[in-house]
This record gives sequence, C-alpha cells and structure tokens, in this order.
Amino acid sequence: MATSKKQNFSRRAFMRTSGLAGGGLLIGFNLFHACKEKSNFVPPADLSKLDYQDFNAYIKIAEDGTVTIFAPNPEIGQGVKTAMPMLIAEELDVSWDKVYVQQAKLDTVNYQRQVAGGSQSLRHGWEPLRRTGATAKQMLVNAAAAQWNIDSADCTAKEGVITNNKTKETLGYGDVVNAAAQLPIPEEVTLKKPKDFTIIGTDTPNVDIDEIITGKPLFGVDYKPEGTLFAAMARPPAFGMALEDYNATSVKKMDGVVDVFTIGEKARKLIAAQPNIAEILSTSDKVVILAKSTWQAFKAKKALETKWKEVTPLEDTKEHDDAMLALLDGKEFTTMREDGDVEKAFAEADQIIERTYEAPFLPHNCMEPMNFYAHVTDERVHLVGPIQTPAWKAGAVAAMLDRKPEDVTLEMTRMGGGFGRRLYGDFVLEAAEIADRVRKPVKVVYSREDDMNDGIYRMATKYRIKAGIKEGKITAYHLKEAAINSNMYGLIPNFFPAGAIENYKVDVASHKSNITTGAWRAPYTNFLAYAEQSFFDELAESMNVDRVQLRLDLLKKVNPEADERIQYSPERMIKVIETAVEKSGWGRKDNVYQGFVNYYCHNTHVAEVADVVIEDGIPVIKKVTCVVDCGIVVNPLGALNQIEGGIVDGVGHALYGDFSFKDGKPSASNFDTYRLIRMKEAPIVETHLIQNEIAPTGLGEPTLPPAGGAIANALKAATGNRFYQQPFTKFPELFQPKEKEIIG
Amino acid sequence: MPTYQINVNGKQESVEVASDTPVLWVLRDHLNLVGTKFGCGIGQCGACTIHVDGIAMRSCGLTLEMISGKAIRTIEGLSEYGEHPVQQAWKEIDVPQCGYCQAGQIMTASAFLEQNPTPSTEEIKNAMHGNICRCGTYNRIYKAVEKAAKDMN
Repeated sequence: MATSKKQNFSRRAFMRTSGLAGGGLLIGFNLFHACKEKSNFVPPADLSKLDYQDFNAYIKIAEDGTVTIFAPNPEIGQGVKTAMPMLIAEELDVSWDKVYVQQAKLDTVNYQRQVAGGSQSLRHGWEPLRRTGATAKQMLVNAAAAQWNIDSADCTAKEGVITNNKTKETLGYGDVVNAAAQLPIPEEVTLKKPKDFTIIGTDTPNVDIDEIITGKPLFGVDYKPEGTLFAAMARPPAFGMALEDYNATSVKKMDGVVDVFTIGEKARKLIAAQPNIAEILSTSDKVVILAKSTWQAFKAKKALETKWKEVTPLEDTKEHDDAMLALLDGKEFTTMREDGDVEKAFAEADQIIERTYEAPFLPHNCMEPMNFYAHVTDERVHLVGPIQTPAWKAGAVAAMLDRKPEDVTLEMTRMGGGFGRRLYGDFVLEAAEIADRVRKPVKVVYSREDDMNDGIYRMATKYRIKAGIKEGKITAYHLKEAAINSNMYGLIPNFFPAGAIENYKVDVASHKSNITTGAWRAPYTNFLAYAEQSFFDELAESMNVDRVQLRLDLLKKVNPEADERIQYSPERMIKVIETAVEKSGWGRKDNVYQGFVNYYCHNTHVAEVADVVIEDGIPVIKKVTCVVDCGIVVNPLGALNQIEGGIVDGVGHALYGDFSFKDGKPSASNFDTYRLIRMKEAPIVETHLIQNEIAPTGLGEPTLPPAGGAIANALKAATGNRFYQQPFTKFPELFQPKEKEIIG
Repeated sequence: MPTYQINVNGKQESVEVASDTPVLWVLRDHLNLVGTKFGCGIGQCGACTIHVDGIAMRSCGLTLEMISGKAIRTIEGLSEYGEHPVQQAWKEIDVPQCGYCQAGQIMTASAFLEQNPTPSTEEIKNAMHGNICRCGTYNRIYKAVEKAAKDMN
C-alpha cells in the first residue's frame, strides 16, 4: 500500500521560497526532479529570484492563511483541476472551502508530465502531490513548534490550525507562514492512511463551476485581448491537395479585412527538421485572412478565390478498406506478443472461429473548435490557449521560429474538450507562424468545417480474431490488427486475454495514408474492446457455454506474477464482473435484452451491462450498468461524471460515428452531416464503484472502449444479428426484432 | 456599415456591423459577451443559445434585423450572480465536464421551464435534444432540469 511506503524522492525536488511580495510561503514540487534518482538541478542562491514556473505543483500560503494551489495539469473536462489540488489539500490539512485553485502556467524549463492524456494525471500525481502538501504542512508545524519551543511531534495540525498538544494553544497557518518560509525543507514526511482522509473521497464540485454557469471567459476561444486580429485560413479541400494559386483582390477590399497572405514555409522547415511532425501537419500553404473580427475573417474566407492542385493521390475509403483487408489476408505483420505456438494449436483444434470487425475514421469534434492566440515580438513569443501538450508545443514553436526556448511562454486555458485532438498543436504552430509575420496579437479560430475537415482522425481500423477450440477449451487466440498509418502500442497487446490462453499472438500491420491520424480518446482500445468483447460472446455461443463464465474461467488461468507485461489483475477483474452480474440483474430481466462486457485499459478495471430494446426498428439503449475499480476514488462526484460521459461517448460513436473519404474529401463537415449522440439517445448510466485502498488510476477513458461491445452484444441478443462494423446504425436492416433469446 | 441599437440583458447597446453579422459574433466580438459559445455556426449544436423575448434561439443564425425591437438575454444576464434556479441546479448536480456547451444548455433549459414549469420526462428530453454535449453529460443535464423544475414551483 503506497501510503505507508517511504518513497525515495529527492529533496531537491522541493523548493520553498520566502520573500514573496506581501509575505507568505511558496512551496513547490517538481515531479521531474523527484522521479530522477540523482537530480542535478541546482536551485538558485537567491530563492526570491526563482521562476515559479519551475514547479508542476505548488502551494502559496498567505499571511492571512489563504491557500492557493496551482493545478499543474491541463483541464480538458476530465476533472484534474479539481482532483489534483484535492490531493495536496488533503495532506496540507486545510478546509477545501478555504482553498483557491489556479491553473499553473507551463514549465518551459524542465520538461515533465504536464500533459492531459492517457488517463494518467491522477495516477502519476497521487504520491508526489500528497507529498507536496505533507511537506508544506510539516514546515508550518515545525515553525509553530519552534515558536512554542517544543518538539514538532507535540503539535497537531488540522484544518489550517496548529495545536500545541501540551498547552492547547493554537496558531493558524497564516501566523507561522513567514517563519516557516525560513526553515529547511524536511527530509521525511508521513502521509495519511486512507482511513484518515477527509477531502479525498468526498464529493467535490468542479472548481470552475461558478464561472461555467455564469458564462465567464474561461476557454481559449474567449481569450482575445484588445487589439487582437482574427485569422481564418483557406485550407486544402481534400487530403492530397495543396495550394496552387489564389486571388485576394476583392477580399482585401472587404470590411474589416486587414491582410491576406500565405503561411506554410516555416511549418515545412520544421517538418524537414522534425519529420515526425509531418504526420499531423499539412505541407500545403494555407491562405490566411486576417480581419478585425471573427465573422469578417470567416466571411472573407468564403469569398476568397482559391485554386488547388493534387500533389499526392486523393484517397477513398474503399481503397483503405481493400488495403486493410489485404493486410489481414497477408503475412506481413509485426508481432507484438507471442506465447506458445498458435499455428500448431490451430492445426490441432476441433473447431476454429474467425471473425473480422471494422471501424471507420472518427473526427474528435471537441465542442470548442481549435483555436489559439499568439503574439510574437523581438522580446518574446506569447502563446495562450487550449492545448493538452503545452511543453511539446512550446518547444516546437521555439524550433520553428528559431527562438530560444526561454523566449516562449505558453499559458493554458480551460479546454472545451480534448479527446486527443488537443494533443496535436498544429493550430499552435499556425498561430505562431502568422503572428511571427504580422507582429501583432493574432487569434486563430477554426470554423466547425475547418475543425472537422482538417482533423487528425481516429484511424480506420480492422481486427481479425481467430480462436481454436479443443475439447471445450480455447487453446489458441490470434488477433490481427490492420490500421491506417499506425498500430497499437505499449502494453495493449498484453491486455486480457493475454496470459489466459496458452497459445496467443498479436500481430499488427498498417497502411500508409496521407490522411492525418492520431490519438482519439482511449487510442486503439476504443475499438479493440468492442471487437474482442463481441468475439468472446461469439465464442461462448459457439462453445455453448455461459458468456460470463467463459470470461471468469479465462481470468482464473492468469498468473500476472509470471509476466510483468500483464498489468491487469485477474482478482480485480473477477470482482468487477461478479459485481456487475449482481447489480445489473444480468440474465434476470425479461423486458430488455442485455449485453455483457468487461475490460481493462488505462490501469482501470471495468465491467458493463447494456439493456437494449428495439422500438420501431430503432435501437434504444435504455441503460448501462457499470462497475469500476479505479482504486481509491479521489472525487466521487467527478468520477461518476467521467464514467457516465465515457459510456455515453462510447455508445454514441458505436451507433452513429461515421466518417469516410472520397477523393481525399471527408464525408461530413458539420453536425448536419455528422451525427453525435444527443439527449434522447443517451442511456441512463448506473455506476457502482469498487471500494478499496489501492492507489487511484484514471477514469477519463476506461469506460468508453467496452461500451460499444456492451451494446453490440445486447443488440445480438435483441435481433439475432451480430454487428461487425461500426457505426451500427449504418445497417438498419440488422435491427429487426426477433423472438427473445435466452441469455446468460 | 450600419449602426444597430440592440437590447441585451436589459441594456441598450449600439453596434456598427455589417447587416449579415450573426448575433453570436456581435455578442462575442463586439460586446465581449463570450459566455455565448460558437460551436457549429449552422444551428445544429445549441452552444450559442440565447433568449429572444424569452424564447430560446440559436444566435449563430440570427441577424440584427431579425431581433430588432426584441429583448435579448444571454447567459451573462440570466441572473446577477448565477442564482437562477437552473444555474443553481447545474451547480448542485455538478453537471459540466469541459463546460463549453453548458451555457447553451442552461439557456435552453431556462427558456423551456418558463414555457413548461411542470414538464414530463419526455418533455425534458425533447426540449434538451437539440443541444449537443460532446462530453456526454446528458444524465446530469436531465437531472438538473428536473431539479430546477421542482425548485421553481
């Protein structure tokens, strides 16, 4: 259990400073230095000169006792701006209602995990953030003890008040903060035991709630200081096209238009220096219309005459599909995991089942379209906006503009959704290139059409899964992935059922396309979970065994101790499965059709049961019961929101998300042609959290991947038809109700 | 460019813009009322919902001519400090994730409850169906509208 284990953090990871204007204590913690065994970071002699941005977590305690906690990680709606400061406040022992939370600026000096993605923020912050709070508290206690001339062990601190256990005298944190700022940083601190938590585990509303409900300027798109010019860009109408020519004569005369010019040269130079960036950045010139207002820029862009030429082949979805199927039929794979001998086991099997599952490209469709602010002067490059990877992008801008990294400051705003799209700062580079040319503050704003058609899409993907059955047991399992541009990575090939089947193999292959692709909420597993969980159902049907029992029997064979790549816990998975059976009424409901799934990704264990009916040939997802083991739940109110949202998102994209290409052109460009799930289609989500004292894991992603599988399995029960391709609503003929099948 | 007089949140404002400028951009860029959000520009997502004489409308599809003589209310004018029962319900249920669509959701819900103070489940779902929440907070949006309806009666 992590809380009692003493961790080897370098003391140099901490920094405290006195000499704050107006007094007070500032204590910082640098995760980067903390994680290195031997840090060579040398603090400046004069701590008041310290750049506060050196820290990815810091606390400011003022003389009046006010506590400000700087939330280190970008907020994209996953709740870390609330949950991460809760960890600090817990160990600092202050009342949550006395704490102010601010978004920390980017640390441009020391690269560390100041990133939103992969549901990792809380997992990585769990220990260091609590340690930061505990360290600050210990310094305050030490200062009080010195004042009373007693041992600090004779003091207790609670809710911002330190008590002298002998005399019962008290001092507020604010009373000793200036003295504390002069003290050395303690070598060791003791973290609380989970049973003593008073903030962690309590329902805590989003710290920005008042600003959100009153419409305050919080988001990137709202940031536009006086004098900002607005940039819209004419972009290639299809992947494979580049600018040939344009005529801006009439556009330049339009109201509010300040200038019309092209950008792209600097981006191409950056691509030449950093070729991997080409995957997310078009090499074509774009025509920039700079205007005094957003609407004037949008309007002029529509009126601009442009001519585009084909520079690389204009691709079709049909070609992609054929190419991926050819890959699955072929032999050119990279093997990601191989246990035993699948070929031999297939040769000896009594029965072989093989199925192919297919998914389209998907745009991210953050509700806040991509945008960014940039102002470039001789002194500095000032960037402000919504970005999931601030450090990476600040570095890329410095490289592109040939500036020193320290010239670049990047401020993060709240983000109107991320889902992976804001990992890629193509829009940051655009804003910087424009601002570098015009030397005036510039705001790039994408229209919805720009956002959807100049995307970095979830890659179209196909899985072919083959299982061999001998004497009633699954003896071989072979998963093949064919995807556009890239393949699954990291530990994904070692997720369940890896370790449960003696002869097991995961092979991957990719087809190169000029369509830009990248991470989309729960990369790869967002589709893989549906494919595998559909396949398990088919296996159970073919083997004539209980669907849930099949999964439990496989899990019981796993010994994670024997293989460090296997990070899921069979015990935790079995527990979520058994809880889901109990809570969902699995197999005991006669008014709905049910589908069962379990999944592990992003270090979290999940089981889901979908209740589905078909009404007038239309699938209605009545309810999804979800059981989650994410360890200690830091903020249940926020956690349930993430779980519900992940499921609604997973259901919506499995049912409706359809995106394809014809001659390099996307099939949809706005919400009239691209369907997102809405209120009446969203299932009721009922969540049950497993209670334990294991360190917390992520929640932004793990409930999404299995949701598509849960409804696919339920739809099979309802219709007798198996859904092999997403989105399901593309195949209305499959939604014909039939006599209820016995499930369970 | 013509000058228009408009009544926003109880105040008379004068703006000089081209006649085709959507009210959304007049609010955001000219009056700096940025609580009204840009989502799609074609009336499909509801992020830009405002009240026009108490009726919820998409500001991205309205011109100043269309709202001439009418009273406009935006999220900033729904209440002084966020004390409107719909805003309070949003807070209590802790609806938002990213929060971007929520001003539009609140404006849709508040106009709806004025028209229909005792809505059924179906009526709430129908009323809110036009507003997209990409984070998928629909369960909580429903609960918050239901709660606000109770609190307003």
